[in-house]
Amino acid sequence: MNRREFLATAGAATVSVAWGVSPAQAATGYGNVLVMVELQGGNDGLNTIIPFADPAYYALRPQLAIPREQVLALDAATGLHPALQPLLALWQAGELAIVQGVGYPDANLSHFRSIEIWDTASRSNEYLQDGWLARSFKASPAPREYAADGVVVGSGAMGPFAGGARAVAITNTEQFLRQARFAQPAATAAGGGALAHILKVEREVAQAAAGLSTGHNFSTVFPAGAFGNAVRTAAQVIAAQSGVAAVKISLGGFDTHRGQLVTHARLLQELAGGLVALKAALLELRRWDTALVMTYSEFGRRAAQNSSGGTDHGTAGAHFAMGGRVRGGWYGKPPELNRLDRNGNLAHAVDFRDLYATVLGGWWGVSSEQALGGRFQPVGFVRA
Amino acid sequence: MLWRALTVVLCALATLPALARPLGFDDARHLLNRTGFAANTPEIREFAQLTREAAVARLLGWTDRPPATAAPDWTQAPYEPPQRPALMSDAERKEYQRRLVSEGRDLKMWWMAEMLTTITPLTEKMVLFWHNHFTSSLRKVRMPQLMYRQHMTLRRHALGNFRELLQAMARDPAMLIYLDGAASRKGQPNENFARELMELFTLGEGRYSEQDVKEAARAFTGWSIDRDTGEFLFRPALHDDGVKTVLGISGPHDGNAVLGILLARPETAEFIVAKLWREFVSTEPDVAEVRRIAGVFRSSAYDIRAALRELLTADAFYAPRYRGNLVKSPVDLVVGTLRQFRMAVADPLPYVLTVGRLGQDLFAPPNVKGWPGGEAWINATTLLSRRQFLENVFRGSESEPAMQRVVMAGNARGGPMSDLQFDDVAWFRQFDGSQGDDWQRVVFATRPVTVVPGRNLAALRLAVQDAAYQLK
Repeated sequence: MNRREFLATAGAATVSVAWGVSPAQAATGYGNVLVMVELQGGNDGLNTIIPFADPAYYALRPQLAIPREQVLALDAATGLHPALQPLLALWQAGELAIVQGVGYPDANLSHFRSIEIWDTASRSNEYLQDGWLARSFKASPAPREYAADGVVVGSGAMGPFAGGARAVAITNTEQFLRQARFAQPAATAAGGGALAHILKVEREVAQAAAGLSTGHNFSTVFPAGAFGNAVRTAAQVIAAQSGVAAVKISLGGFDTHRGQLVTHARLLQELAGGLVALKAALLELRRWDTALVMTYSEFGRRAAQNSSGGTDHGTAGAHFAMGGRVRGGWYGKPPELNRLDRNGNLAHAVDFRDLYATVLGGWWGVSSEQALGGRFQPVGFVRA
Repeated sequence: MLWRALTVVLCALATLPALARPLGFDDARHLLNRTGFAANTPEIREFAQLTREAAVARLLGWTDRPPATAAPDWTQAPYEPPQRPALMSDAERKEYQRRLVSEGRDLKMWWMAEMLTTITPLTEKMVLFWHNHFTSSLRKVRMPQLMYRQHMTLRRHALGNFRELLQAMARDPAMLIYLDGAASRKGQPNENFARELMELFTLGEGRYSEQDVKEAARAFTGWSIDRDTGEFLFRPALHDDGVKTVLGISGPHDGNAVLGILLARPETAEFIVAKLWREFVSTEPDVAEVRRIAGVFRSSAYDIRAALRELLTADAFYAPRYRGNLVKSPVDLVVGTLRQFRMAVADPLPYVLTVGRLGQDLFAPPNVKGWPGGEAWINATTLLSRRQFLENVFRGSESEPAMQRVVMAGNARGGPMSDLQFDDVAWFRQFDGSQGDDWQRVVFATRPVTVVPGRNLAALRLAVQDAAYQLK
């Protein structure tokens, strides 16, 4: 039995033991918050979770591969990029799941189309309007008294909430509340279209403003910079008395066509620093056991480096899930660098909708089949 | 043949009345607001007398002029190659950074000033349209001089010929940096430009294969930049002159040949016209109309004016269902409001910052696809910021905290918003002799959600807070 199989089996055995958590904590439902972390631009999975024992990795990336001695080995074959050092403690605590080979069939290599596929949980050749979370909230609504179904921190794109969810985008909670006096009393539009959209945003602002407190003073120190601020805002939102079911934050700049080494290291360092601060903040709020944090990205990158010291758009990539009730360890399959497709891209092992099914079924206990347009196999990283 | 001739005649008969009639007030307002920034009564009345053809011809005729605002001085200075931070001291590096940021801001202020004062708003709308199509951003290109040159190239071709514009953009130095073409070489081509060229600049997503991207990337290898002059430079040694197959056509293609192949496809004209439709008509292009106008566009050998003329004189453009159905972009909202209410602006900087805060940072679109636009302009944050801006412009001398900060940071430009004196009495004079609430026909593209009574400053302040004011 290798380490991976051991971890998977060990995890499965603990389900019945239930870890002595209280029933309230163990329950599925919208008391469990989801934090989605979007890595915008297509994160390079191979230089994030590094197959350092595979000679093909070094052959494909003579200048770009992370030298074996710098990799933070997690087992005999695979390790973390050195900039992810802060995540080691999470891994050792068994609270970090690493899912390798996340993608979908007939991968689209356009940023915009591929993130649309991820956001709407559609097939590669299917064009859907609404985000997967919006569809799910439509079928299984979050409690009315919640400030919002979802809050997007930073970027204005509503992503998985687009279309139907009660969701607001805010950059920081204090400013949001200060400005909320400019929202007008709820009115309804006669027709549809752009005017109806504006009025809908107004109603959401009014409700979110009523439910978002900014009272919490964290002793957690959040990293400086945009991502650190986003993490802080996400924590403020989760601290609000009136709940939210999901929060999305994002870190941009992963489209590393050129000079990847320096850029990617900086981004991963920001990511790891932010995630660790998020854990500290959630612990302060006593929400670590009722929070699931997951990364996603439109695609991974090409297995081989390009001539500009970067990588072009690829397909499958590795992703993280963390939380107090995450069953840490390996999921999915390590990249098969000797079985690239004719464009030089990796095959996927886990459908991204399997991750979504894990959230919907395993974390919230709602049906996933309708929202995802089919039956997907949850990945077993959520403990009951 | 006879049937076709008959159809042409019938169509001509059916459209003749609309084309021959004067536009009238509401159609004139619609045309001016979609192609410009918030027109006032005298201008609308003037255009109301014209037929569609004459009105559109006049708008297009005005576009052939250089910007009236003087460009920043440094744009005329000789090109300075990018400096290498590694060779600089900390202080030098800081100073260099500061200068790049300050020059970038100069560019934004220059463009904002031009938009606020131009007599041909359609020119600015089209420059912005192409900036949002052939995107590049200061954030990646870093060299303001190259962004300025790109901007001037966009300006030169904005209402010219799309073939020439595309060819100019493919060899534009800022573009070569933005999409990594400058470093692409034989043997290991960088696919970034080739992919976006097909996906975003010509054909549209799904109308080419991955193999086409790879082959086209080979064709553009060696298209590079002269480091000393910042000009385009072809480096034959880095160019792959082998045979490539792009969209089924094989040959030892270079970049020009690939552009030719893309321009020969009908999808390209349709893609561009659909985008013009989204800019000027509605977010959901009418497939049959787009195809028809694209036909005109192609047979004019990609004359952008021909496409616009067709679009702006089409019945669809004036159809009631397309009134008040587009969300104002931040530029529409800010420039439009300041022009609508004739607010003299001494310093464009506050408005540069405002459009940036509302999601439209000039010279810095969020990514290669540009600003998503449409309903995406409005979310909780931007809606509240829009309202705050609209409240502030009517406050006279009060200024927003963000703007005060800029001034306090040592930017001795005087009180940024203090020049905003709105003369409501003078403004309302344009409606003398008309009905009590006729001013609303000028200010709103569609009926306001809440009834706005009165004909005074208080009514105006209420009006701009109405959701309908966000629409054009």
